[in-house]
Amino acid sequence: MAEYSTNEQLPDEKLWGVLAEFSGPGDIFRACERVRDAGYTRWDSYTPYPVRNLDKAMGLSASKVPWVVFFLGILGAVGGMTLQWWASVVEYPIVYGAKPFFSWQAFVPVTFELGVLCASLAAFFGLLHFARLPQHYHPLFTSERFQGVTDDKFFIAIEAADGKFNLQETVDLLRSVGATQVEEVAG
Amino acid sequence: MATPRVSAVEHEANLSDPLSGRAPLLLGDRSLHGITKAVCRPVECVPSRAWTLFFVVSVAMMGLYVLTTAYLFYEGIGIWGVNNPVNWGWAISNFVFWVGISHAGTLISAVLYLFRQKWRTSINRFAEAMTIFAVVCALSYPTIHVGRVWLLHWVFPIPNQMGTWPNFRSPLLWDVFAVTIYGLVSFIFWYLGMIPDLATLRDRAKTRARKITYGIFALGWRGSTRHWKHYERAYLLLAALATPLVLSVHSIVSFDFAISQLPGWHTTIFPPYFVAGAVFSGFAMVLTLMVIARWAFKFEHIVTIRHLENMAKVILLTGMIIAYAYGMELFIAWYGQNPYESFSCANRAFGPYAWAYWIMIVCNVIAPQIFWFKRARQNVVVLFVVSILINIGMWFERFVITVTSLHRDFLPSSWGDYSPTFFDVAALVGSFGLFFTLFALFIRYLPMVAMSEVKAGLPEAKPHHGAEGGSREASATGEGA
Repeated sequence: MAEYSTNEQLPDEKLWGVLAEFSGPGDIFRACERVRDAGYTRWDSYTPYPVRNLDKAMGLSASKVPWVVFFLGILGAVGGMTLQWWASVVEYPIVYGAKPFFSWQAFVPVTFELGVLCASLAAFFGLLHFARLPQHYHPLFTSERFQGVTDDKFFIAIEAADGKFNLQETVDLLRSVGATQVEEVAG
Repeated sequence: MATPRVSAVEHEANLSDPLSGRAPLLLGDRSLHGITKAVCRPVECVPSRAWTLFFVVSVAMMGLYVLTTAYLFYEGIGIWGVNNPVNWGWAISNFVFWVGISHAGTLISAVLYLFRQKWRTSINRFAEAMTIFAVVCALSYPTIHVGRVWLLHWVFPIPNQMGTWPNFRSPLLWDVFAVTIYGLVSFIFWYLGMIPDLATLRDRAKTRARKITYGIFALGWRGSTRHWKHYERAYLLLAALATPLVLSVHSIVSFDFAISQLPGWHTTIFPPYFVAGAVFSGFAMVLTLMVIARWAFKFEHIVTIRHLENMAKVILLTGMIIAYAYGMELFIAWYGQNPYESFSCANRAFGPYAWAYWIMIVCNVIAPQIFWFKRARQNVVVLFVVSILINIGMWFERFVITVTSLHRDFLPSSWGDYSPTFFDVAALVGSFGLFFTLFALFIRYLPMVAMSEVKAGLPEAKPHHGAEGGSREASATGEGA
């Protein structure tokens, strides 16, 4: 659990990036706009709760989770109806109460339920997929200070892998946009 | 630890009229860290003696359920009071009762979320947990009521050696899908909402074992905005999916009754009537548990009187819908001029089970009327007592529906009577044991309040809240590490 301050120079290949702390949602919002405008791409902000429109301040595109949910929901519903049709018409046709084999009206509840099931699973696993979770190790977890992110702390981290990354300039930028504390993070 | 108590001024402001400006939903220590501390405290401190006692009693009651169920598997469902014609008895009353209880959780977490009712954030985690545990209890009843449990897989569309398939036209099969999928989706919703809070517990963990355990379930959550972006979308979509789902589940449960021919069951108002009843009973159960929990864990500043009052209002509304449905059943029986239907209604109110019917009326129709009075809605004792009465009344509603219709059908030659045995009682008491055991574990090991959501709901949580952020920026600019 080593903590690196800006004074200890890390060898370049060991540097994952820099982590800057901000004092509140308003500060980090404006800081994100500035970091975005400075042209960084491999960076992220970290907050204890979803700060409204912070993704827009960072210039992120909209989430693709809804598309996955939509298509898997449709797939689940179509699959559900197909299952019931196949079981009731093809595989095991039995007359119940003089109803036609394909009495689709009676198949609606199960179709709906299976559609919702698939869509919900898609929402959950879609989130995991797009957020690259579970990811139990991350360089940021080596920072003692970063543990406060799930409590009341606000951070921006810029990765060294970013094309525009330059230790001195990046740290200066973060300070100039209101960082209260900047530290280097080993990778 | 000095728990922030609620001052009289704040208390008043919290209950003030929304027209004069909305008061904050939280009282006392409203800082982000204060919320974290208050919510994490019950999970992080040594369990109190009260909790231990509660847990031991619950586990003992659950043990009763395990024993009675084991005997049931050995002997068969003849140990219950069920017979011909009353084949459903307490087992199905309990099933419908628990499914109904479960509905409040989804209603609070999903429907109120879609309606942007921010007060839900203090109680949604709690209510969702209640949903899942109630579904577990509910599902246990049809499972053991089938008698031959080892053949339970026949209800699922799984290829078997007989080459048979379930009858997809049967509401009982719809029920299998509806309730199991409801349980599963509620669990996903609950867990998804809990990931950020599990990460909070991970980051606050003092021991390695806690850090690893919470760490595994937190999935490596680190509050990244790129993650929040997907998370919020997924959460919204789950809420949007859970809303029609919750309505469908109790509608389908009501089809178990309504699609049969039996007088007293064969009515078109059953789906909305059941859904309203489910919300009614579920909110009552949330209120019962919340009144105890907020007192025992000192959450009075997070779950304020205003939250309780809002729940009382929902109870009053849904109670009025229930009352309307009871009235409409009688009206249709009279207006429809079907002799079987009118007999069934008269038999409910004045027949052998009239006492159950009148308990139901008193508890479900008359008792909640006290919530017309603001003083009653804001009085914790009144809220608690009425919520208990409603729990009792709603159980009796299911008993009345199940038993009175079955014991007197069309032909007097097929009439019969029903009385529960010791094992019926043991199964009901035992299911409460199961419910409370799961609840005790939940309040001990998981965050009871959705911290990230409560934090996001604070007025000062918004990036453009007042001038505060601006002045902070000015003072922070230029400050180095």
